[in-house]
Parts: sequence; structure tokens; C-alpha cells
Amino acid sequence: MDRIAFDIAHLLAGGLLLVSFMMIYQDRMFSLLRVFAFHAVVLSLSVAWQAYNQNAPHLYITAAIALIFKAIIIPGALRRIVLQLDIHREVENVVGIGVTMLAGIGLSALSIVLMLRVTNTADAFAREDMAFALSVVLLGLLMMVTRRNAVSQIVGFMSLENGMILAAAGAKGMPLVVEISVAFSVLVAFIVIGVFLFRIRERFDSVDVNVMDRHRGDQR
Amino acid sequence: MALFSNPVQLILAVPMISAAVLAILPGYKLSSRINVLACLVTFLAAFSLFFIAPPAPGTYLLIDELNIVFIVLNTFVGFTASTFSASYIAHELETGRLTPIYLRFYHAMYQVMMFGMNLALTTNNIGLMWVAVEIATLSTVLMVGIYRTHEALEAAWKYFILGSVGIALALFGTILVYLSAQPVLGEGPPAMIWTNLQANAARFDPALLNLAFIFLLLGYGTKVGLAPLHAWLPDAHAEGPTPISAVLSGLLLNVALYAVLRFKMLMSANPGALDPGPMMIAMGLVSLIFAALMLYRRRDIKRLFAYSSIEHMGIIVFAFGIGGPLANFAGLLHMVMHSLTKSAIFFSVGHIAQIKGTQKISEIRGLTQSHPVLGWGLAAGVLAIAGMPPFGVFMSEFLVVSTTFDRQPILALLLVLGLLLAFGALLLRLTGFIFGEPTGSLKPSEASYVPLIAHMSLVLMAGVYLPGPMVAWFQAVARLLG
Repeated sequence: MDRIAFDIAHLLAGGLLLVSFMMIYQDRMFSLLRVFAFHAVVLSLSVAWQAYNQNAPHLYITAAIALIFKAIIIPGALRRIVLQLDIHREVENVVGIGVTMLAGIGLSALSIVLMLRVTNTADAFAREDMAFALSVVLLGLLMMVTRRNAVSQIVGFMSLENGMILAAAGAKGMPLVVEISVAFSVLVAFIVIGVFLFRIRERFDSVDVNVMDRHRGDQR
Repeated sequence: MALFSNPVQLILAVPMISAAVLAILPGYKLSSRINVLACLVTFLAAFSLFFIAPPAPGTYLLIDELNIVFIVLNTFVGFTASTFSASYIAHELETGRLTPIYLRFYHAMYQVMMFGMNLALTTNNIGLMWVAVEIATLSTVLMVGIYRTHEALEAAWKYFILGSVGIALALFGTILVYLSAQPVLGEGPPAMIWTNLQANAARFDPALLNLAFIFLLLGYGTKVGLAPLHAWLPDAHAEGPTPISAVLSGLLLNVALYAVLRFKMLMSANPGALDPGPMMIAMGLVSLIFAALMLYRRRDIKRLFAYSSIEHMGIIVFAFGIGGPLANFAGLLHMVMHSLTKSAIFFSVGHIAQIKGTQKISEIRGLTQSHPVLGWGLAAGVLAIAGMPPFGVFMSEFLVVSTTFDRQPILALLLVLGLLLAFGALLLRLTGFIFGEPTGSLKPSEASYVPLIAHMSLVLMAGVYLPGPMVAWFQAVARLLG
């Protein structure tokens, strides 16, 4: 295998992880959305590089979907939602950013140690990609857990999905079905989310999940 | 038509076509009838699978002894729930909780959900199975939120977020399975086909397979409603329309369970891989005991039975975790009995909640006096689900307990503790529901009791006498599960 090809794949996947960390410490909604768009761009480059190296043209479609939907349309739409619904422009965290960053570092270390240990039969491309992908997935989860606001939870979910796509692209020769379905599920998820947000707006003044929590059915 | 020469194609095509038709048709009366009809046709097609030779597994579809049980159960409860839904939904329109346009959406989504579940059960491709579970999840999310009250939206949001996280973990597990199969089966689609995977599982890399199974168990386990990933389940059951609660408890949980079982078979076929049993036993037991304790403090009737579903899924997963022909047999039987009984309970709860106009347990009293059929139907259902003889649930629980005593006496004590706790909680609530002075509205119910009675008689019949061919069938499946 080409040494430089491997290095570039490594760089891009590592870059994705780095951008995931950037998302964790954003405290403004709009900058979070911008960083998320950047996340999608890095993903799309990474997937395109995999497509080139694996000689798998169908992966270019996945890269294009990542670029068009996730880097342009979705951040734009979420931005509109934030503007139109007049949601808090600050990202509210459940715990402090420092603690979250430390937890994130721990999760990345864990996933890299874990994946490198279990994938020693797979080829190096897939190994590195899977290790980074799992870290991105876990960071996405962490973001969903530590954010109060519905919009930033969505961003957390999307970054988690980006990690999935990185993993799917890294698994050499994974059938087209899955890539399209991943991209498709993102789309569907987005529609659902859109519907949700607009429905929620009819009833709530805020898209803050904390406010929703007060309306639980089983509480006295 | 040559296209539909095979009942499996019918099982998938009917829901898809009727979803499209229902999305266009105005008028809820016609829609609800078409919904029932479509479910009936699907069920009949599924039932015919018992009598014809199963088609050879192809690239996309797989029918074997294991999934026929799931498919027939799925389409049957789907059908009875659609007849229940037809009598339930008219009332929702009268009270203005739903508008005609939402009803149109509801019926179309019902068929989309049936399609997703049937696809997940019939597909021979692990990727496609994942897509199908996601379709089923998204359609139920929309239906849970359909009342658009604060609570319904909160429930749907929670379900959506937790369900997506679960499904994302499951996808990661699926990718890892592919990665472990790829060196053996080569790149591309063959490495994602169940029959290929199953035949060659022994040569896969065990470490990767272990990691994959953990992700899959957590991912699909979220959808099964296993503690600690169950948080979406009570909300989704309580706030959505009751036919959807019945379908969620009776069917969707089983579909996710089916996915877990398939992957468990893969693990068992690989000598180097971890034994999936202990993980499943642990999650099953935790769910059982936790849910049994939670049953005591419920104020909402649908939430009560949602926790009871967690409890029973715990028992089923526990039984499959113990493994061996007898425990697997008990697990399968319990799954079928739970689906039938729990959906019957939701059928009666749905009508009761409509009559009383509330889901609060404290405001539902004296049902046997005011509404004898519903009251006694509910009583029979609760007694059955609590594990009283002569119902089928008793038999399956007895089998689980006795085989556990045989294999792992200490675990059996915990299991019995959980069962007794749940039994106590349910009986405590039941006396409140059916005895005492009737409260609230006493107006007679216009409900159709047919689905309720049909389910309960099946459960009763299974408790008294299981037909020989059915036992043989279940035994074959139990052996297949290892």
C-alpha cells in the first residue's frame, strides 16, 4: 500500500476527531453550527479519499451527500430554525466544558486502544479508520448527553452519524446498500427533526429540552 | 401475477402499496377498513408460509424456521391491532384529539411500520435489516408524537433520541460484523448475507465479533427495552395512541429481539468468541427486577403495562441467555404469549381510557360492575401477564424457572424474586381496577371486543393445551438457536 495514501487517510480521519473536539467546547449556537459544517466537509474529504484509494466510485456519492446535505443544507436549516424560533443563542452544558473535554479525551483513548487491539487482522486503512470512527461516535454521544438544548443535541447526533459513515467507508468493499441507507437515514432523521421542531414550536416557547422535561406524564 | 407468486413478496408488497394508497385517500372510515384489510391479507400470506415449502434463501430474503414464528406473530398481532385501531380511532376523531388529516397520516404510517417490521424479519442481509428497523422506529416515533401534547412530544423526542442512539450503535456493530466477515467471505455483498455469515462464522475473527456483539446488544437492546436503556419505553407507550402501544409492546420489541437472536446465533457458531449468554442473562435479570420494582409506583395505567413489558422482555432475554433447547423453547413460547397477552391488555386499556377520559390508575375503579366485558377482559389479561395458571404465560414462565433451577440455581432465585415482585404489584393494581365502586364516566363502550377475546382465548388455549405440531415446530427452532 501507498505510504502517502495511508498518511492522508490518517490525517483526514484524525482531523475529523479533532473537529469533534472543537464542537465540544463551542458555547455559541452559530459557531457550533459552523464547526459542524466543517466536520461534514472533513468527513466528505475523508470519504472521497477512501473512494479514490479503494477504487470504489460509489463512495464518491456518499462523499457528495456528506458535503451537500450535511455541510450546507442541514447547518443552514438549523440556523434558520434558531433564528426564526428565537432560541437561546448560547449552548447550555450540563457539566463544565473542562470536564467534558477530559471525558472526551478518555473516550478517544479508550476507543483507540480497543479498536487497535481487536482489529489486528484487518488492513491498516480500516484499522485506523475504525479507531477514529469509534472515537467520533463516542464524542457525538458525549455531546448529546452533555447538551441541554434540542438543537445542539441534534448536532451531536449528526456528528455521531458522521463517525458511522467514516466507519462504513473505511470497511473495504462494504456494499452500497449501507452507505446509501446511512445517508438516507440522515435525511429522514432530518425531516423528522424538522417536523419535531416545528411542532414543538406550536406548543413551546423554547426548544430547550429542560423545559420539555417539566411536562412528564408520571410526575406528581 | 408472477410477481406475487411467493407469499414473502406479498408480505412486503401489501403494506408498502397500502401505505401509498392510505396516504392519498381521504376519509377515515374507508382508510381504517383498508388498513384492516391490508393487515389481513399480509397475515394470510404469512400464515401460508406454514404450509408451503420455504423458498430458498436469496440475496435479499430469507425464510427459515426461526423467522416464520416471528413473521406470523407479527402479522397476526398487526391485524388484530388494526381492527382494534379501527374502533378506537373513531372515538379520537369525535373527541377532537385527532383531525382527519392526522388520521390519514396515522393509517399510512401504520402500514409503513408494518412494512419495516416485516422487512426486518424477512431480510437475509444484515445491512437491510438495520435499515428496516430504522424505518419501523421512525414511523413509530411519528405516531407516538401524533397527539402533539407536551407529553406526547416529550415522549416522541425521547424515543427518537434514545432510539437513534441505539440504532447508531447497532449500525456500528453491523459494520464490525462485516469487517470480521470480509477476510473470509471477500469484499462486497456476500459478507453481509445471513446464510453466508452463519455458515462461515467459525472462521471469523473472534475479537472483532465480540466487540460487534457488544454494540449490537446495546444497540438493538435499546429497542428491546432492556434496562438501563429502557427510558424511552414507558413514555412512548403512555403518550402515543393505544393501538401503537399495543404494537410497540407486542411487535416492535420482538423485532429488535429477533435481531439480537440472529447475532447471538452467529456468536455461538464461532468457537473463539465470547459466550453471549452471560451478557444477556445479566441484562435480562436487571430489566426484570428493575421493572418489577418500578411497577409499584405507577400512577398511569399505560405506563404500568409498559413497565410490565420491560419486565417480560427481561424474562425472555434471560431465557435465551440461559440457552439450551428447553430454555430457548420457553423463551420463544414466552415471547409469543407476552405479545398476545400484552396487546390484549392494551386493547382493553385503550377502550377503558377512552370511556373514563383518563389514564390515571386512581380514577379507574369498579370496572367489572360498570363494564363487565372490558373489566373481566382486563382482569384475565392481568392475571395472565402476572403468570397465573391456566394461561399460557404461566406455562412459559414455569419452564423458564424450572430449567434455570436445573442449570443455575442462584440465578433462579433472583428470577423468582423478580417474578414475585411483579406479581404482587400487578395484583395490587388489579383489585383496584376491577372491584369497588365504579368511578368516572359509566357510559357503555361501543368497542369491538373481538380482538381482545381472540387474543385471550389463544393465550388460554396455549396454557391448557399446546398442539403437537406447534410444540415440534418450537422445539426445532429452539435447537436452531443453540
